[in-house]
Amino acid sequence: MSYLSNIYNGIKTLLTGMSVTGKYFLNARKGAITQQYPDNRATLKMFDRFRGEVIMPHDENNEHACTGCQKCELACPNGTIEIIWDRGIDEVTGKKKKKIDKFVYHLSMCTMCGLCIDACPTDAIKWGQNFENSVYDRTALTRVLNKPGSKVRAGIED
Amino acid sequence: METTVVNNNFKSEEYFINMGPQHPATHGVLRLLLTIDGEIIKKVDPDLGYIHRSIEKMCERDSYQQIVHLTDRMDYLSANINNEAVCLAVENALQLEVTDRIKVIRTIIGELTRIASHCLWWGVMGMDVGALTTYFYGFRDREMINDIFEETCGARLTMNYNVPGGLMFDIHPNFVKRVKDFVAHFKTKIPEYDRLLSNNVIFQKRTMGVGVLSKEDAISFGVSGPVGRASGYSCDVRKHHPYSALDQVTFKEALRTEGDTYARYQVRIQEMWESLSIIEQLIDNIPEGDFRVQTNAVIKLPKGEYYQKVETARGELGVYIISTGTKNPYRLKFRSPGFSNLSVLNHIAVGSKIADLVAIMATLDLVIPDIDR
Repeated sequence: MSYLSNIYNGIKTLLTGMSVTGKYFLNARKGAITQQYPDNRATLKMFDRFRGEVIMPHDENNEHACTGCQKCELACPNGTIEIIWDRGIDEVTGKKKKKIDKFVYHLSMCTMCGLCIDACPTDAIKWGQNFENSVYDRTALTRVLNKPGSKVRAGIED
Repeated sequence: METTVVNNNFKSEEYFINMGPQHPATHGVLRLLLTIDGEIIKKVDPDLGYIHRSIEKMCERDSYQQIVHLTDRMDYLSANINNEAVCLAVENALQLEVTDRIKVIRTIIGELTRIASHCLWWGVMGMDVGALTTYFYGFRDREMINDIFEETCGARLTMNYNVPGGLMFDIHPNFVKRVKDFVAHFKTKIPEYDRLLSNNVIFQKRTMGVGVLSKEDAISFGVSGPVGRASGYSCDVRKHHPYSALDQVTFKEALRTEGDTYARYQVRIQEMWESLSIIEQLIDNIPEGDFRVQTNAVIKLPKGEYYQKVETARGELGVYIISTGTKNPYRLKFRSPGFSNLSVLNHIAVGSKIADLVAIMATLDLVIPDIDR
């Protein structure tokens, strides 16, 4: 008797489980619920706070907000950011003033912890949404973030 | 009349096989040295260290803000709770009082992390014992939590959302709505989990009475989390030493007394219900206030020793800091739940079959980077 009830219970629970999967099979949503990347590359929009890579926004006059204070370099746990700076002349006061020569960003060492952007007093760097960072040569992951010929926006003090 | 000749080529003999380090059922790079007799396990010998990254040593190099992001990489499924542990330890050492808003948000995010971790565990548990469908369903529901995290924290797995003194940024305006949507959605899904897997006879036969761990052994092996609670050992840190906003909520500690694989399964299913109830109690009235309390740019802990424990999805995570008053810790030790839970594996797996070992390991819910650190 217990043999038969075992068979009955086995089939019953199997059908109960299959009713769950069958429900999804019959009521399948239109289209897939999985991400359609890379087919949706044209329309794909990441969330605003998504951490893809560190970028330095420049305005139309080719000016950025980085004063070269090196707080991001100190905050980074991995040595991802390297600031090569020298002394420039402040146009207004005529005094010597620190300015960045190159803002070097090693994407290959970055863990996307966000401490540099958190530490930046002038919001000179922020997160970019690009996440397609595959390259054939890893030296391509070392980037200079400030554009050639760019300078710091007037009135930015750290 | 023919007589049956016993074939002496099939002698019973103990032999040795490797399970891992690249084995799908070990969920990572864990190598198990199995001594088996036929299919009966005589001895399990875990071989660790394949993913050791010396996180504790790196912590001695880093400042207290920088330590937080390393803890993401230990138990990556409870990343937010790990972050919280370090931040709480530093805040307690500085005697820094954080606002209620920070506490509530930390608790909600922590419970969401726990549900996400248990969703993944449930899917993988089903897959380990042969039910592939659970994997898709578990990951489908986890995806909603990952989207919540991505919108608010900016990352899906290694969030680094907590900082000593609060949170890196405030919650996203959509956060409350998304969490409510998820809670309503997930409440209809757990009964489906039960119908699909928990009540399945084949699954019950695979798990009931397998890998029994008694309460005494659970305590003496230092087991914590759902594994300990399935043996009747009341060890929920959230209940006994509440942190953040957990003293403002009521929830039941999931306890079973059987101590077998099925009991561990049931404890985790019940924990998902309890986490949902905690989120529901907090989500409607997140207090106003600052999301971050200002700390010094260079945090220096006073000389002394500090310990903070939290309940991750796997058990008790302890952070032990020895400070000499400088900006780096002199020594930082993580008491990780996975390591203690793994130590019990040999004890409960001896005498069972290899297929049972896979089921036992699935309910121990091992995360290998947490064990090796």
